Amino acid sequence: MKSLSVSKAVTALMLAGLVLLPLYSQLSGNIFILTLFTRVIILALAAASLNLIMGFGGMMSFGHAAYLGIGGYAVGMLAQEGVGSGFIQFPVALAASAIYALVIGALSLRTRGVYFIMITLAFAQMAYYVASGLARYGGDDGLTVYKRSDFSGLIDLSNRTQFYYLCLACLFGVIFLIWRIVNSRFGLVVQGLRSNEQRMQAIGFPAKRYQLVCFVISGTMCGLAGALLANNTDFVSPAVMYWTRSGDLMVMVILGGMGTLFGPVMGAVVFLLLEEFLSQITEYWALIMGPLLLLIVLFGRGGIMGVLGRAGRG
Amino acid sequence: MLLVVEQFLNGLQFGLLLFLLAAGLTLVFGIMDLVNLAHGSLYMMGAYFAATFAAWTGSFLLGALMALGATLVLGIVLEVTALRHLYGRDHLDHVLATFGLILFFNEAVRLIWGPAGLALPLPAWLTVPVPILPGIHYPAYRLAIIAVALLVALLLYLGVMRTRIGMLIRAGASNREMIGALGINIKLLYTLVFGLGAALAGLAGLMQAPILTVQIGMGENILILAFVIIVIGGIGSIRGAFLAAIFVGMIDTLGRAFLPNLLRQVLSGAAASTAAPALSSMLIYLLMAIVLVVRPEGLFPASRR
Repeated sequence: MKSLSVSKAVTALMLAGLVLLPLYSQLSGNIFILTLFTRVIILALAAASLNLIMGFGGMMSFGHAAYLGIGGYAVGMLAQEGVGSGFIQFPVALAASAIYALVIGALSLRTRGVYFIMITLAFAQMAYYVASGLARYGGDDGLTVYKRSDFSGLIDLSNRTQFYYLCLACLFGVIFLIWRIVNSRFGLVVQGLRSNEQRMQAIGFPAKRYQLVCFVISGTMCGLAGALLANNTDFVSPAVMYWTRSGDLMVMVILGGMGTLFGPVMGAVVFLLLEEFLSQITEYWALIMGPLLLLIVLFGRGGIMGVLGRAGRG
Repeated sequence: MLLVVEQFLNGLQFGLLLFLLAAGLTLVFGIMDLVNLAHGSLYMMGAYFAATFAAWTGSFLLGALMALGATLVLGIVLEVTALRHLYGRDHLDHVLATFGLILFFNEAVRLIWGPAGLALPLPAWLTVPVPILPGIHYPAYRLAIIAVALLVALLLYLGVMRTRIGMLIRAGASNREMIGALGINIKLLYTLVFGLGAALAGLAGLMQAPILTVQIGMGENILILAFVIIVIGGIGSIRGAFLAAIFVGMIDTLGRAFLPNLLRQVLSGAAASTAAPALSSMLIYLLMAIVLVVRPEGLFPASRR
């Protein structure tokens, strides 16, 4: 039980830090840190959604950034067309992501293993090219969102602190949902399919249907992250869907610990802070980041959560 | 007529180039079971090496030959220092580690050569248009690419199908443990195959360099196309990679050339000119989706292990 307590303590510390961050930002007058962490939280949300299919479902999607773009473009395009209400923008963003996930999932899930990794990658690239071709909505240059989603006075997204807490609430909500899913009958079936698909099918579960539903849920969650991200940067461009973005999300999940509830959050925090820190030291931060990833893969099995677990045990 | 022939040859040339890239990728995957995202970086390095060496020596051919050797060495060094330790690991580990390598290579190139792209000028004798049919001229350099790539494809086929090393490679692809148990130095074989794959990627890069600019990230888009090709062709199958590469090269080139006009017949001018580029970029992915729906293992799956 001691092994659990170390990772639990670190997780609790991190979550407390995230909750109290705006207070620190206000006291120290450091506005930058609040903006930085808003981004961290949004990407943590995306990583958590990826973890649902990758860590628990065993579906290695290499095209998860597509949902960031779809969610973002839903907000941006509606804003451009004069529909500023968040009550319309957000549901549309979620629905669009869900529909995309349904189509892509139905096609991709026919394959497995590396084929699955590559077909999800290819579809995300396809979405990237579609967005680049949207001349009305900025094409390659992207689309500026002049006005953030309007929730008619309920919550003001232009207020940094309020927006931060909205993102944090979304993150907690999604993690709670994932926790409920993973421990439900549905979640157990999906995890069973990860371990042994043939056996689960022999018992009589329609494997693909379960996996597809899980895939759609994950995509919808990531679409939410996309809608938030567009509001955070006031901008959305095809670049958010570029395949290196999907790679970043995968790195966050694996860095934090696949198949753990808070691992992806930890991974996102560490990855983005490391990126920020290294880019302040040197312009060539990727020169360090790249080999670091290699070392993490070679020596850091189970990610940060795994290492913490071992530290507690050893 | 002129345009059709020209675009057809362009498609063939692009397809053959893609084959060089995909062949290395599919060999490495088929034999070492390694997903190598950094394959595109080797393509990029080939182009940068060629541009640099050609500038040093003042000769395009000499530069190209030196670049070929340099990518071969780079591939071997990469295999021995890093990728060797990834064999037998999860595919996800491969994706992550080689993703890290891409970051490293892009940044290293930016550090060494700077963020601006390089140009690799062609010697005069390669720039002349060559008459291929009465009244139709085609650039000599593109013809040279077609010839070189076809030659390499032939050599690769003969090498894999007719030589002892090729036999070992095929044996390694169908059962790794077994050929190790038979006393073959499997480690050396792996290093060799990886070096070969790297040299092929480098060759593709240095041949493409005079047509496009040599720039950071040039390997990434084409890498995705190479992945699409090996998925369509069936992972591990060189024959599949060849046919799929030609197919993809043709569809991409012809789509870009003729789709805008075709669309203009159906849609209004403005709508067609915005939809066409996106649609022609999508064509290949649509093709892949269709292939995977019909044949989830690709068109020419390598024999099951």
